[in-house]
Amino acid sequence: MIQVKNLKKSFGKNEVLKDINVTVKNKEVVVVIGPSGSGKSTFLRCINMLETITGGHVYIEGVDLTDKNTDINKVRTEVGMVFQQFNLFPHKTVIENIMLAPMKVRNIPKDQAKAKGLELLRKVGLEDKAEAFPDSLSGGQKQRVAIARALAMEPKIMLFDEPTSALDPEMVGEVLEVMKDLAKEGMTMVVVTHEMGFAKEVGDRVIFMDGGLVIEENIPSELFDHPQEERTKAFLSKVL
Amino acid sequence: MDFRWDILVEYAPFFLKGTLLTIGLSIASILIGTVLGLFIGLGKMMKNRLLAWPFTIYITFFRGTPLLVQILLIHFAVVPLFLDETSPVLAAILTLSLNAAAYIAEIFRAGIQSIDRGQMEAARSLGMNHVQSMRFVILPQAFKRMIPPLGNEFIVLIKESSLAALIAAPELMYWGRAMQGQYFRVWEPYLAAAVIYLVLTLSLSFLLTRLERRLATE
Repeated sequence: MIQVKNLKKSFGKNEVLKDINVTVKNKEVVVVIGPSGSGKSTFLRCINMLETITGGHVYIEGVDLTDKNTDINKVRTEVGMVFQQFNLFPHKTVIENIMLAPMKVRNIPKDQAKAKGLELLRKVGLEDKAEAFPDSLSGGQKQRVAIARALAMEPKIMLFDEPTSALDPEMVGEVLEVMKDLAKEGMTMVVVTHEMGFAKEVGDRVIFMDGGLVIEENIPSELFDHPQEERTKAFLSKVL
Repeated sequence: MDFRWDILVEYAPFFLKGTLLTIGLSIASILIGTVLGLFIGLGKMMKNRLLAWPFTIYITFFRGTPLLVQILLIHFAVVPLFLDETSPVLAAILTLSLNAAAYIAEIFRAGIQSIDRGQMEAARSLGMNHVQSMRFVILPQAFKRMIPPLGNEFIVLIKESSLAALIAAPELMYWGRAMQGQYFRVWEPYLAAAVIYLVLTLSLSFLLTRLERRLATE
């Protein structure tokens, strides 16, 4: 589903990703952990080309994103993204946030987009907030709307960039619940997070990154209980 | 000091005509200047410095030189290059639009750049292209923030349209000067003009305040 080969990314002289090779299979939930500055967010952002790639290749269902002839907008319709800062459109109501892309990109008629949007809001438990503006929602509610908005494009892959890091602790659970449901439905997911509990419970595989490299990857039980690398052990001892 | 109402009454039809032209000049220049300003502002924001350069030069020239110089240059030098007969109204609209566009370009740029980067990223990650993201996500938000500085610019523009009197465009100030010339009176024509300008600018700021309130989301 996703194939990352020899991915390199530099910001000026600062090499953030050094040589990343990762494969994500269909319906797999991959959790990326690591200290801040390890490049995990940049890695995630390279998967839908929010960052221009310096070297290497990213393939989504066999399509090479670094190929100049690839229509990146079309690829992005298949790859949903949820951001740490939610990035809801503040000038639009909740339902308008969700309807916008399906209507403009997929040319879905308004009433159909609205019906779909309401269904998604029901799914994330916010049907009653359809006509509210994002500013009136709590952080957890905003993030659930952001997830619904991404799902409205019916993506095959969902990317989560520290989706709970900007939330008050009591709101983390409601967002993780939605993500767990999504994983159960068989969504292919790549999640950058500091929620180790979520990684253990939902992740099919955990990737530990540090210094722009994948240091170790394994099924959660193995990686958390029997880390092989010193850097993994040092990181886990700090966060667990 | 006696205030001669009778000559004001006599000149009232001319003031009315002049005011209508002032409004016309202002509206035309606001519309043209805004469209042109958006285009120039986007041009200056281009990542390619070489392509952005002409837009920077444009803004530098029109912000850095007096409007009076520009209006004389355009009326007596530029327009005659293209037309046999120069028209004061045309030259005035042209100058005011070009001048306002330079300021409006910077207002647009500031407005667009004040929107959080995440908004563009969210729009793009949903599959919208750059133009769609700008149109449906960035510009509506930027526009809301641009209303106060834009309103400022529009008010300046209404006032500066009075310079068109110097190239004999028969707008409000032109008739004020004509009245002064005919009767050798200064208080009546200029106070009347001042009051009319004040009514125009106050009406505009009233409309803009209402617009701002209507666009508020909270």
